[in-house]
Amino acid sequence: MSASTSLKTGRGRAGAYFKRLMWPLIVLAALLIVNVAVTGFDFLIPDVHDDRLSGAFVNILRRAAPLLLIALGMTLVIATKGIDLSVGAVYAIGAAIACQYLMSRDQSSIGAVVFAVALALAIAAVIGAWNGTMVAYFGVQPIVATLILMIAGRGIAQLITGGHIPTVGDTSPFVELGRGAIGTVPVPIWIAAAVFAALVLLTRTTALGMLLESVGGNPEASRLAGVRSKGITILVYLITGACAGLAGILGAANLGSADANNGGLWIELDAILAVVIGGTALIGGRFFLVGTTIGVVIIGTLEVTIINVGLSSQWQFTAKAIVVFIVAMLQSPEFRAWVLRPFRSRRARRSPAEPTPEPAPEKAPVT
Amino acid sequence: MLKKTLAGIAAGALLLGMAACGGSDDDGGGGGSDDGLIVGFAQVGAESAWRVANSESVKASAEADERIGELKFVDAQQEQEKQIEAIRNFITQKVDVIVLAPVVETGWTDVLTEAENAGIPVILADRGIEEADEDLYVTRIGSDFIEEGRKAGTWTTEEFADNDTTRILQLEGTVGSAPANDRKTGFFEVLDSEGFSYELVDSQSGDFTAEGGKAVMETFISTHGLEDIDLLYAHNDEMGLGAIQAIEEAGYTPGVDIEIIIVDGSKAGFEAGAEGKVNYIVECNPVFGDQLMDLVVQVANGDEVEKFTAVEESAYGEGEFEAELPNRKF
Repeated sequence: MSASTSLKTGRGRAGAYFKRLMWPLIVLAALLIVNVAVTGFDFLIPDVHDDRLSGAFVNILRRAAPLLLIALGMTLVIATKGIDLSVGAVYAIGAAIACQYLMSRDQSSIGAVVFAVALALAIAAVIGAWNGTMVAYFGVQPIVATLILMIAGRGIAQLITGGHIPTVGDTSPFVELGRGAIGTVPVPIWIAAAVFAALVLLTRTTALGMLLESVGGNPEASRLAGVRSKGITILVYLITGACAGLAGILGAANLGSADANNGGLWIELDAILAVVIGGTALIGGRFFLVGTTIGVVIIGTLEVTIINVGLSSQWQFTAKAIVVFIVAMLQSPEFRAWVLRPFRSRRARRSPAEPTPEPAPEKAPVT
Repeated sequence: MLKKTLAGIAAGALLLGMAACGGSDDDGGGGGSDDGLIVGFAQVGAESAWRVANSESVKASAEADERIGELKFVDAQQEQEKQIEAIRNFITQKVDVIVLAPVVETGWTDVLTEAENAGIPVILADRGIEEADEDLYVTRIGSDFIEEGRKAGTWTTEEFADNDTTRILQLEGTVGSAPANDRKTGFFEVLDSEGFSYELVDSQSGDFTAEGGKAVMETFISTHGLEDIDLLYAHNDEMGLGAIQAIEEAGYTPGVDIEIIIVDGSKAGFEAGAEGKVNYIVECNPVFGDQLMDLVVQVANGDEVEKFTAVEESAYGEGEFEAELPNRKF
């Protein structure tokens, strides 16, 4: 329903879209300005080292790639009114499978690396599909269905690794997934960009995006309208599972090891935060992949900002909470109306007294 | 922590059944000391390689020790409930000594009072409990984290004795955790008391993980550069190994361009040391089974023991890594 109206009013939709993105963008710009003020323009300008772009901001993007993959999947799940708490555990499982498989084999062989990655991705996708099946066919609430694997997943990852931390040597092509570069751009950024582009194309050039929003907006109405919501639900959880597995692979490749206990710890919460910062509401419906991406960059930049401005580690959690709070407040129309009320009411009082209205432009910034 | 606790709920259900079965089977047996002491050990879990090595050490020492008749080992899967249950079982089984590696510091008053009423002495292993319950255990055996920090500090003052001002980066452990606090305290206590001239350029938490260590180190490098940095002090192996990768990827040589101290002494840490990437390793020794068994016998005999028994730990410098590598248990 919302989809059909939004299709009709394409221009209005673009405007609304920009409005949603404006506040996260302002917060991101503010964070970048703080960093540039503290460390100089070197913060933004990348330099090439070992045929790979480095520099503070490129490092942020590279490190944020796993979180972005997960947050993109999470955006789709949230659009269907769902949530996936198991992504951190699936991250650990994906990393564990790839590293454990490679540990006992010829690590320098491309074939073994490709198979390890494919195996990890396939299992992660199956786990995601299982989550989706529980939600779609067995009617288990998403938070409960995925909580099961959030609890058990790290145990499974530990069983895979036998309680140890499997390592992959620095010479294996596998680690290039996390540390290498193609055309000086780090591989994780390529991978994250490719997945982003694929998901945008999939949801915005096909009917899938509209169907997703309709399932999230009103599952019953979409079912009556003939949308096969069950298949769509399974598909988005499958995508999210595969994204989480891929994120685990990138993380493991970056470190050359897979830590079943700590790999991707709490990443599900960061992913949900990124989605919310990006303007997608947890109640389902409209979703913003670009917004999520900005949210991810905000979170990545924030962690570096805390170090750059010299705040102690104790601030890590608090600072994140403060920024999320600010973004959430800025996005709330009620809050903005409340803050702006003193200005608006004065104008409201003034305007009936002055029948010849003030020029329109002055009103525009407020509304 | 929450997640670990939750993980324990799932995995621990099975274990609870096992522990309960064990309890009812052995009820009649009693704690005969003719064949040696019966010891109950409530371990935290198997959450890290360090912990696994610790459990294996205790089991092996109990097996080899003739004075110990039987070790009843319970893995609590990081859950306090499981440990309390295990201790109650130990009490009904009338073990001679209870060894507890508490998951958390609080909430032990009731169950330890029960043990006291049953006349069973309690030894804490590794971690401590809140001070109010100090009377409820005989002694604690564990690592002296402050001493570990002091060892790192002492080496620093000797290694950089000729420097004007030594510029230091620090990778801290999980915020608020005892090893992170104490390793920091001990380190700077020595630097300050020696009148050593240093500047702490930056210090951040890497959460005891390789991921955290690498990410923070990358930011350190892009913010401060590495040219003027003399020393990196990492509170554990994992963070240090992550930082080494970041240093290498930035085009520097770890161990040469920047000297590195790590605490823990895992196999992976010593391998890095043997490759010349680490300059000093302070050991945090999980292999205290033999020491624990001696303590158990003393306590069972009613001997006077100190309230805290430090685990024997050493530290290793360049040239000692390769030789020590085969002895590493985790």
